[in-house]
Amino acid sequence: MRIRRFLRLLPVVPSVLLLLVFLLAPVAWSFYASFTDAALSGKAARDPQWVGADNYVRMFSDDSFPLAAWLTVVFVAASAVLGQNVLGLLIALLMTRSRRVVASWVGTAVVAAWVLPEIVAAFAAYAYFNRDGTLNQVLGSMGSEGPDWLYSFPLVAIILANTWRGTAFSMLVYRAALADVPRDVTEAALMDGARGWQRLAFITIPLIRSSIATNLMLITLQTLAVFTLIWVMTAGGPANASTTLPVLAYQEAFKFGDIGYGTAVASVLILLGMIFGAVYVRLLREQKT
Amino acid sequence: MRRPVIKVPVMHMPVKFAVTLVSVAAVLAAATSCSPTPEAAESKSLKIVYQKTDSFTALDAVMQDAKKEFEASNTGVTVDLQPIQANDDDYGTKLALAQRSGDTAPDVFYEDSFKVRSDVDAGYLLKLDGYLEKWDDWAAFNEAAKEAGRADDGGIYAVPLGTDTRAIWYNKTVLQKAGIPVPWQPKSWDEILTAARAMKASNPDVIPFTMYAGKGTGEGTAMQSFYELLYGTDSSLYDVDAKKWVVGSQGFTDSLSFLKTLYDEKLAVSPAEALDANVWKKVFGEWFPQGKLGATVEGSYTPSFWQKGGAYEWAGYEQEMGVAMFPTQRGQDPGGVSMSGGWTLAVGAKSKNPELAFQFLTTALNKKNALAYDINNSQIAVRTDVASEPEYLAANPFVKDVSDLVKVTHYRPATADYPRISTAVQVATESVITGKQSPEDAAAEYDATVRKLVGEDKVLEK
Repeated sequence: MRIRRFLRLLPVVPSVLLLLVFLLAPVAWSFYASFTDAALSGKAARDPQWVGADNYVRMFSDDSFPLAAWLTVVFVAASAVLGQNVLGLLIALLMTRSRRVVASWVGTAVVAAWVLPEIVAAFAAYAYFNRDGTLNQVLGSMGSEGPDWLYSFPLVAIILANTWRGTAFSMLVYRAALADVPRDVTEAALMDGARGWQRLAFITIPLIRSSIATNLMLITLQTLAVFTLIWVMTAGGPANASTTLPVLAYQEAFKFGDIGYGTAVASVLILLGMIFGAVYVRLLREQKT
Repeated sequence: MRRPVIKVPVMHMPVKFAVTLVSVAAVLAAATSCSPTPEAAESKSLKIVYQKTDSFTALDAVMQDAKKEFEASNTGVTVDLQPIQANDDDYGTKLALAQRSGDTAPDVFYEDSFKVRSDVDAGYLLKLDGYLEKWDDWAAFNEAAKEAGRADDGGIYAVPLGTDTRAIWYNKTVLQKAGIPVPWQPKSWDEILTAARAMKASNPDVIPFTMYAGKGTGEGTAMQSFYELLYGTDSSLYDVDAKKWVVGSQGFTDSLSFLKTLYDEKLAVSPAEALDANVWKKVFGEWFPQGKLGATVEGSYTPSFWQKGGAYEWAGYEQEMGVAMFPTQRGQDPGGVSMSGGWTLAVGAKSKNPELAFQFLTTALNKKNALAYDINNSQIAVRTDVASEPEYLAANPFVKDVSDLVKVTHYRPATADYPRISTAVQVATESVITGKQSPEDAAAEYDATVRKLVGEDKVLEK
């Protein structure tokens, strides 16, 4: 029996090993380094010293960390939870009612942004929001002069860009979920005289609840980690106005050479992701029972 | 959402086991094939890392020549040139990351002089004193320039490629249209503002006098802008005698206020443009040649962009452009100010063939190559035999003017703490030009940052 069980686990050994080497090891190293003064140059590069919780203490006395944490929360809430999630559900709902041709055109347009590699999408968004970019040219042709979006409204620009890029994922998840909503239940509600919004609020949404939770978990974690998009569009600027935690971690570690502090920020980010993940997993489990 | 049920054909245990073994073996094979195969004993290879960008190819040309020369005289040695395409900041980061492991560390590399001390502390650079003794050409190097490669222990760790100074570069036509006689030489900060306002009044579309600010232009903000101001006040960044960083000085606040005036009165570029890391490309590539910019502070290497083969060839620059010394705040002695930096070549401490690596360094820096580099990159020569070459002196009409600035020039305090202090300076300028902080508040925050970075015992209240 025991041997059988062992043999049954054997196929997953390679993937577990790979995960340990390429995922857990860097995470563990990051946690370790965050308690040292490791640096890219200077004495600390040759011989990093254990500094205890200094990096974490500094984080909370430093103005840039609370700001970055706040910007991250706003960015995730606005572009993932509100933007991608709600827009994705809305498009998916409209698609179930629209004609097939319209639905497939809309679907293609939305998925196109998702198909682009992140760096390409980032440059496209930069070209769009840039001072002489597409948006301002369109505004200009209508006779109004747009502001320098990336400078005056950097957070708004990256939120819109991330919503544009990520909505496809939510849309696809909800398309699949809506296809699973049994016809007879909605038809019964229709017979009972439920209006459109009532059917949505009391029938459809409760039925796809677990898809919503799964989707929220995935896009929250994805958006927490967004780096390329922001780095290309604003590089965290002007003056930290769009520096989210991943950008802050990168800047500290590689621009300022302070690997210890950078990994401390990264560790907080990992913890944040783990907390979000745990909450969602919990929600999913509760729904099942 | 319902879970999809996927039916998998059930395999017999032995088959499954075999599959696992094969996949494990495949993973192991893939892992081991990544490690390098041992080289044959005779063939040696040297890894050379340096910077190359679309507007900086002079060093690449020198390295290509040096590779040919070196491989011809050292049979069996392969010179592996690995240019990094990045700006100065990212180049520094990539280089530092490569130096963290013996497998990726270069044998010879291009190193910014202000990072030498910090990187010696990190154990990245090989001490060269023993090798330099046996190199006859070392005597031809300018004594002051040799200091660029000296570390805190007194040893030499890097050999300078060239040095530079900073000056005001101005477009004669733009100034003349505003009624400013050329050649122009402002005597104080106020005279700069007066001239800039006159340019603005005569043509509102022109950018009168811009200076870099913010983190986007990185070290350029420090060298071409803030230090030109600060070192022209009665203050400085670092007290060399006391070996302490200066905080709370009036000069620091005054310098920030000057930048604020330039940006607030729109005499400089817009803050949004200033924060763009590529703003300098517009300065050289568009604004000066198109007569849209009155003046700015830039390095002595400026002609390298415009001369034949440069990134932004501009036939008329010799007639159109003029150069002036940046004045001190109120015209106090010595009347002008400049900053010098420069880059060096160094040998990696982890090099497996240090002797050979040093020989390559001497090839890359021999008289012929140094002359070619100094001319193509508009560097101020550090080899006395190159400095006296007629070809060097005739390279462009500004060689004499910018070389004379060596008399009033300053060097950055190249201590290990310097790179972080420089960042704090850049942050202060960014906060001021974007209106986030007043000059006083930004200076106070800079002081707090410096105290935190170097410790209370290494600052000096002035």
